[in-house]
Amino acid sequence: MSRKHAGFGGPLIKSLAIALDIRDPLTVRNLCKSYGSREVVAGVSFELKRGECFGLLGPNGAGKTTTLRLCLGLTEPDSGSIILVDSKVPEAAREARRRVGVVPQLDNLDPDFTAAENLLVYGRYFGMADRETRKRIPDLLDFAGLTQRADSKINTLSGGMKRRLTLVRALINDPDLIVMDEPTTGLDPQARHLIWDRLKRLLAQGKTIFLTTHFMDEAERLCDRLMIMDNGKVINQGPPRELVGEHIEPQVVEVYGDGLDQWLEKFARPHAKRVEITGETAFCYGDGLEPLLKNLQSQTALRYLHRPANLEDVFLKLTGRELRD
Amino acid sequence: MIAVKYFRLPDISGRFLAIWRRNFLVWRKLAIPSMLGNLADPMLYMLGLGFGLGTLLPQVGGVQYMIFLAGGTVCYGTMNSATFEALYSAFSRMHAQRTWDAILNTPQNLDDVVMGEVLWAASKSLLSGMAILVVIWLLGLSHSPLTVLIIPLALLIGLCFASMGMMITALAPNYDFFMYYFSLWITPMTLLCGVFYPVSQLPAGLQTIAQFLPLTHAIDLVRPLLANKIPTNALGHIAVLLVYGVVSYYAALVLMRRRLLK
Repeated sequence: MSRKHAGFGGPLIKSLAIALDIRDPLTVRNLCKSYGSREVVAGVSFELKRGECFGLLGPNGAGKTTTLRLCLGLTEPDSGSIILVDSKVPEAAREARRRVGVVPQLDNLDPDFTAAENLLVYGRYFGMADRETRKRIPDLLDFAGLTQRADSKINTLSGGMKRRLTLVRALINDPDLIVMDEPTTGLDPQARHLIWDRLKRLLAQGKTIFLTTHFMDEAERLCDRLMIMDNGKVINQGPPRELVGEHIEPQVVEVYGDGLDQWLEKFARPHAKRVEITGETAFCYGDGLEPLLKNLQSQTALRYLHRPANLEDVFLKLTGRELRD
Repeated sequence: MIAVKYFRLPDISGRFLAIWRRNFLVWRKLAIPSMLGNLADPMLYMLGLGFGLGTLLPQVGGVQYMIFLAGGTVCYGTMNSATFEALYSAFSRMHAQRTWDAILNTPQNLDDVVMGEVLWAASKSLLSGMAILVVIWLLGLSHSPLTVLIIPLALLIGLCFASMGMMITALAPNYDFFMYYFSLWITPMTLLCGVFYPVSQLPAGLQTIAQFLPLTHAIDLVRPLLANKIPTNALGHIAVLLVYGVVSYYAALVLMRRRLLK
């Protein structure tokens, strides 16, 4: 709408129109939600910029899925404000969801329908005419690499195919924002790479993506910015490389094997800036780890891996190493 | 405790149609076996009980037993059809298949889903009622032109039982839970409300109970129409079905909101 009227009203309206057009697809302020005495989302604020991929990371039970549900207006917050694609949520959630595509964590494709029927029926939920939807279906199936499977029943599709179909189902309404809850959980590496490729293409088309994930490589690869949540709170946010640079020493040596404890006391602690232990493995963080590596070459009982620090190291540092259930 | 926000009035719009059409598209794929079931079941009841039992009996309620049974079967079949759809099928879509989750991520909201599902269950029961009516016509059990009025009545009965079923679905943790509903509500109605014999045969206490059950009122409406008579106190019977339907529809909605919009 803003674009259409921009020509008539002079520079002011024009700039206003541009301003409207670049409004953030999602703005969340001081969001809170409790179930009984359990505070699941505790004062969360963030915003998505148009065209970026924004990742929400956190261990199980951190409040990620609840945050997504709140943003989509599927549950009401106790307090805080949400503006989703220019509409107030939950008040105008229905209006907002018109311009949003959602890829859920668990596949909920309609098992009674073929791939193409799934898309047709989903279009109807958006109030789209069948004629309009039918025109979009071939392109969407092509994007999903499922052109040959248009008339296949859902239960004959592989996990990767189902996930791709779920992805293009979320594109049926040509959304501005795509919300994805763990888009590649449960997929094999080939299927994950294919999904990543499609997400990158969507970003190149100017779509905004909001995803949650457990996979640090996924977050590092796809996301322009990340937010790490734990116990309902935002622990940190920023671009992946910045988070790594800010929180973690640049180098890591992972060491495991017999005699690890003595070796750690004797060599690692004096040379590494920081040593963390998870199970049987010691993570030695530091800047110049060459003396350590030299020593490790002579340790026959110990095995090691030297690598640059990554997002997983940040994640574990910020959210702790204990198991979450 | 149920939060106040769940009690807001239903948000009624035409959007439910997309959900109704979804169910219709699934049904269409299985239409032939489904229709056969709709026809075969009541036909077996009417023929089996009608001949088997009917030959042993003098006239029941002033008519041949098979004709008496036909009126009950229309209502019983309609009730069952709406009930099964609103319980098992809706529960599958809500819980096992997560179809509702997918729908709720679109501009549809839960009020649309509940309305689409209740109207769909009522539509299926309308179809069942009509199938039984066709059997009645084919067997020549009624030549009354008033039987046409059974068609809108089947829709009303369907809406009433679909709403009640949806309320139970909103409370159900699993499929087994529905057995309580059948044992405590549907089966007693089948046996007390005059499907197989006149309510007047029951002891006074049970007759009083029967007067509070919706199926009794459905049958009191349908049976006279088959005999080409206007039912006595028709408005009263319709009102009972409407009250049951409206109250349980609203309760179903509130319970669904509590369950799914937490």
